[in-house]
Amino acid sequence: MSSDLDHLGRPVIAVTGMGVVTSLGAGLTDNWAALTSGKSGIHRITRFPIDHLKTTMAGTVDYLDASNAGMAPLTFELGATAAREAVALAGIGPDFGGRLFVAAPPIELTWHDRLEIYRKGKGEGYARLLGAARDTDNQAIFENMQFGVVAERLADEFGTRGVPITTSTACASGATAIQLGVEAIRRGECDRALIVGADGSANAESMIRFSLLSALSTQNEVPEKASKPFSRDRDGFVLAEGGAALVLESLASARARGAKILGIMRGCGEKADDFHRTRSKPDGSPAIAAVRAALDDAGVDESAIGYVNAHGTSTPENDKMEHLSLATVFGERMKKIPISSNKSMIGHTLSAAGAVEAVFSLITMREGVIPPTINHDNPDPAIDLDVVPNVKRQADVGMVLSNSFGFGGQNACLVMAREPG
Amino acid sequence: MNTRDVVITGLGLVSCLGEGVDTHWAAFRDPVLPPPVDDTTLAPYPVHKIGEIDWNLQIPKRGDQRQMEAWQRLGVYAAGLALDDAGLKADEALCASMDMIIAAAGGERDTQVDESIMIGAAGANDFEVFLNERLTNDLRPTLFLAQLSNLLAGNISIVHKVTGSSRTMMGEEGAGISALDTAVARLSSGQSTHMLVGAALHPETPDKILIFETGHQLHQGPWQPVWSRDGDGGGLIAGSGAAFLVLETREHAEKRGRTPYAAVEKVVSGRARRAAGQLEAGIAELASQAGLDAPHLVISGASGLHGPTAAEKAALADHALRGYASLTGHMREVQLLFGVALAALTVSKGEALPPLAGPESPFAGSVERVAATAVANLSGEGIAVLRKA
Repeated sequence: MSSDLDHLGRPVIAVTGMGVVTSLGAGLTDNWAALTSGKSGIHRITRFPIDHLKTTMAGTVDYLDASNAGMAPLTFELGATAAREAVALAGIGPDFGGRLFVAAPPIELTWHDRLEIYRKGKGEGYARLLGAARDTDNQAIFENMQFGVVAERLADEFGTRGVPITTSTACASGATAIQLGVEAIRRGECDRALIVGADGSANAESMIRFSLLSALSTQNEVPEKASKPFSRDRDGFVLAEGGAALVLESLASARARGAKILGIMRGCGEKADDFHRTRSKPDGSPAIAAVRAALDDAGVDESAIGYVNAHGTSTPENDKMEHLSLATVFGERMKKIPISSNKSMIGHTLSAAGAVEAVFSLITMREGVIPPTINHDNPDPAIDLDVVPNVKRQADVGMVLSNSFGFGGQNACLVMAREPG
Repeated sequence: MNTRDVVITGLGLVSCLGEGVDTHWAAFRDPVLPPPVDDTTLAPYPVHKIGEIDWNLQIPKRGDQRQMEAWQRLGVYAAGLALDDAGLKADEALCASMDMIIAAAGGERDTQVDESIMIGAAGANDFEVFLNERLTNDLRPTLFLAQLSNLLAGNISIVHKVTGSSRTMMGEEGAGISALDTAVARLSSGQSTHMLVGAALHPETPDKILIFETGHQLHQGPWQPVWSRDGDGGGLIAGSGAAFLVLETREHAEKRGRTPYAAVEKVVSGRARRAAGQLEAGIAELASQAGLDAPHLVISGASGLHGPTAAEKAALADHALRGYASLTGHMREVQLLFGVALAALTVSKGEALPPLAGPESPFAGSVERVAATAVANLSGEGIAVLRKA
């Protein structure tokens, strides 16, 4: 049996539970079936009117009870649904016991709630809003505008210990939450941690904000074709919702209770970029440093990686920079390493993406099947990568690199392995 | 002493009392009551506003200043003060390898756009269509970047070149507790050597005040010390401010010849079941975990909010509490970090802060070991214990 400790004498971190919810469906089985058949979850938006919007499609999750209840309740339900699946798969009862690390979007008062308070007031503008807030009871709205609300509710439902941590590193949040959990277990603070990444923030204001930054695809005609990472005609990401959960556990603890090991969270790396608020340093050095840090932390060199789960947002900038960074780290071999973007099918689940894609990376290794990058009809000649175009591929993958990059100079990478040792 | 002891080597403070370490030490050593408070602009809510700040001193590029609203500018400014104070500002290599944890909520909204939409809503045939049109046409394209929680950290990377790593934690007062807790844990376990930890709050606009008042948390009327706000409203006065700490391992600080303010002995945190009436017992339990058995000087982050403040006062009745928010206002994510900064100053000067405001007892005991508390308004409690470095 392999050691319970890694190359630096730290506890090896096993994954013993996973769950996922995306626009493709709820649960590991449905998601994997859709993902490997190249199905897209992107669709015309029906949750709110699309008049005046430059982008009219998204990967919203419309089938949950809270789908129309606003950002906080939907984000919670996405996270809780995934976490229930993960905790059940891990064989842990209702009292989780370990710590909780959540990746969630910044929470705001929704327009629906703002107007609900406003209608109760007199006068106009913010004076009226404040007066109404003062004179009437809006406790439910108040709780839904707390930045910690999703984590607080998850902590209550799952019985995690301590002050729950909610992280926001923009589109890298899911990976950062995993890293926080890995570090806590390595420090011996807990034997296991529940990681939840969830994002239910696809509302009109959020869409418009990203549109104003020219970040979203406007290829609205055929929504399922809009997300086309690494294609020449890619023009932006497709905003989406989703949730994923992982139970991380020291390998020793997992073995002691006879838990099934679903994979190993082997290394994490991060590096901040100081170049620009939305653009990466042109030489890709921060992303390169993050990849290298993850490999170092995992105690492996480039040759160990058999597949890259790309950040692959389908923005002109990201895909170019991601290619440059990987080509720099992996050299000529990068042309031969399969790399695919789940976002071609599920869109960009923002705060959840790092966790969602970690779950898919782990299933990729377990099943020996790489989900494709769909909509790859028009390859970008400047990006010489094996993107597993359009059709899934059988492959024996023992180790995966998963990338997450975000606004604000966020770069976080994960190295996951199929087997311990 | 252990080489992996965590020490504090830099402080960046801004509040209504001014900016910088010396200004704050003077203001707390000789408190002037009432502190600077604006009770007209956002009446009936008093707010502790910050004074004029010359942003150029820490954010030299006008272009950078324009990309931020007040919350981010305040944080980036205070981060610069802390780096300066730690002698790291000009050290490119150490900034590039420095890890950062920021506790944050979100940035300011465009309240004019909000108001025009709220006013126009009544006459709109279909509010949601009207909302799409107004937001599309009226929002400033880059405003989103001034609102995103992690862009305070992002701007610190851009302006001060802190790029080892960048993590932002959200969740009101608890985010500040977790930021400090995580930073100390990473340093003492060898996961980092030097870190920047901080938070800022700028509740001087009605959209920010609204967040508190929707939960009926705000004190109304004339200023009172945090311990005596049993009059109108919920009890807290919001304050603008920021606290940034440079934390290092002792070994790292010694290698670069820095004298620390104090060492962080421990950070304990908990999540009492408040609905079951267990807050006071939870705080007492934390104090016990923190080793506060004999009477200590405790820099309290009590916000003035009735329930949590009363519970803290009762649970820590044996200690000499200094409710610093009487002078600065409540700064939410900043709560614990500001208290830790004051505790570090106290330990370093070897001189107890006098009673600040309201019923606070004198303290003649030792200040070689001083605690700072944060009891969140809704959930989460933390205590940090500092001792002489």
